[in-house]
Amino acid sequence: MYSDLAVFLQRLAGAIKRFGPMDFYLGLIQIIGVHTLLGLSAYCVLLTGQVSLAQAGFFAIGAYVAGMLTVLAHWPLVPALMVSAVVAGAMACAVGFPALRVKGLMLVVATAAFGEAVRLFFFNFTYQVSRGNIQLGPHGGEGFRQIRYFPETGWTTLDVALFIWTVVALVMGALWWMDRSRAGAVLRAVGEDEIAAQSTGINITAVKVSAMTIGGVIAGLGGGIFAHYTTHIEHVQFGIVLATFAIAYPILGGLSSVIGTLLAVIFIQGLLIEGLRFMGDWRNLLFGGLIVLAMNVRPRGLLDAGTFLMLKRLFFRNREHTGA
Amino acid sequence: MLELQNLTKYFGGVRAVDGVDLSVARGEILGLIGPNGSGKSTIVNLICGLFPLTAGRVLFGGADISELPPHARVALGIARTFQNIRLFGQLSVWQNLWVAQNSGEQRQQNFLPRWLNGSKGAREEIGRMLDFFDLGHKGDELAGNLAFGEQRRLELARALAAKPALLLLDEPAAGMNAEEIDQLDGRIRKIRQDGVTVILIEHHVELVMSVADRIAVLNFGQKIAEDTPSAVQANALVREAYLGTAAVA
Repeated sequence: MYSDLAVFLQRLAGAIKRFGPMDFYLGLIQIIGVHTLLGLSAYCVLLTGQVSLAQAGFFAIGAYVAGMLTVLAHWPLVPALMVSAVVAGAMACAVGFPALRVKGLMLVVATAAFGEAVRLFFFNFTYQVSRGNIQLGPHGGEGFRQIRYFPETGWTTLDVALFIWTVVALVMGALWWMDRSRAGAVLRAVGEDEIAAQSTGINITAVKVSAMTIGGVIAGLGGGIFAHYTTHIEHVQFGIVLATFAIAYPILGGLSSVIGTLLAVIFIQGLLIEGLRFMGDWRNLLFGGLIVLAMNVRPRGLLDAGTFLMLKRLFFRNREHTGA
Repeated sequence: MLELQNLTKYFGGVRAVDGVDLSVARGEILGLIGPNGSGKSTIVNLICGLFPLTAGRVLFGGADISELPPHARVALGIARTFQNIRLFGQLSVWQNLWVAQNSGEQRQQNFLPRWLNGSKGAREEIGRMLDFFDLGHKGDELAGNLAFGEQRRLELARALAAKPALLLLDEPAAGMNAEEIDQLDGRIRKIRQDGVTVILIEHHVELVMSVADRIAVLNFGQKIAEDTPSAVQANALVREAYLGTAAVA
């Protein structure tokens, strides 16, 4: 039986390979993983009703910090990622206090400005160290090359993909758990109605800044991983487009659970970006149109609280039937 | 327990509340009535701290709370309902009460249990509260899917979840039928029996006259009368405010 399974898996791998090399799929899986982290960082902030375009900025901070720690300071990967998450989270907390005084469109503008400021900082940031005859470290507009932790320590593409998805699973699990705790309900309450939330005794500033900080930590973690699997980061990668993607995932996926964000990332990165590559630049048009369509058809996202309740009822009803 | 001193709020040139002095004793039910636009809801918003005061002070239990943010006032024991229902529609009925458990006593729990799932006692409290408001079977329903009368009851339950000492009800009977108003009457009395002081803003005169110990009447942001229900009913100024001068003459 197990040999049958092995034969089946080999055939499946063979069938998949006919459409593209295995590394292509692993690369795609890595991209989806990292973008899921980015989307989850925006998900946290969006739960409190705040649209933040700063997530790409926190992602960039995580990328540069983690890259500098492994390349220049020779840290192992995991501590470097932890520090990058903490630095990005601290930055998010610091930005959160002034930024969250404004709401709606003003917050979008304020956070977009922060994201651009971060990008321009790295555009101008040069800190290079000589190693033999090569220069290592961020080099302004040319970016930060040679973040070669994975190849140097002998990680295969598969190892990297597994590592990324372990982190994604841990973050998703933690957020899932938080979502079902009282804290999750409080975040959503603030997102639904700030005046009612205040009037039931919730300190909305503290809640919003906390959500921003958690979002910053997750974005920093994602950025740190991103820097290592691409091996080369530069400021243009962290612009407004990435910030837009970050909020598009949870908006498209719906705010009822972290699964929605994951589905949206798979849909956008897997199907739209890769699947529609044959359409060339026209796919961006389709992408925009799809967001507009989704906002109209499912204003609360693909999966909303009602969807979950319906599924739950369906499930329980079925159980009752089988029990009877 | 609550004392308003020269409470004043101007919105631009509009004197929404203009130098109101009012005090509420512990355990009493104070009715607050007045024609539309007379400043009743603004007073509630000022007591809760949703807007800054133009002038005057709000004292609660002898302490000046005029500068405190709304959530801190809830922790001290002031809770409210809204004239236009403001529930968390995408949260379940149960969760609506869960997030509202922010009384001073509940704040003394440790950080983690308070944010993870609250104490066992607090969760049992939610069940009792839902039963009291006849919502026991609706716990898992989304608050936004409830019928209108149920939403009104849930909002009252949510306000009580913070274990207030003072409860501000902003037109709790609006849109209710006679039977529902009757039940509300009974519940307000029961709430007071449990030691909660109530300020009731209401247009349904029978309800206010029935449950209130004392009634204050507002007109154009000023207090024009403050007396027992029967005395207020006989007051000429009050009739004039509601019916106009000619009608009285």
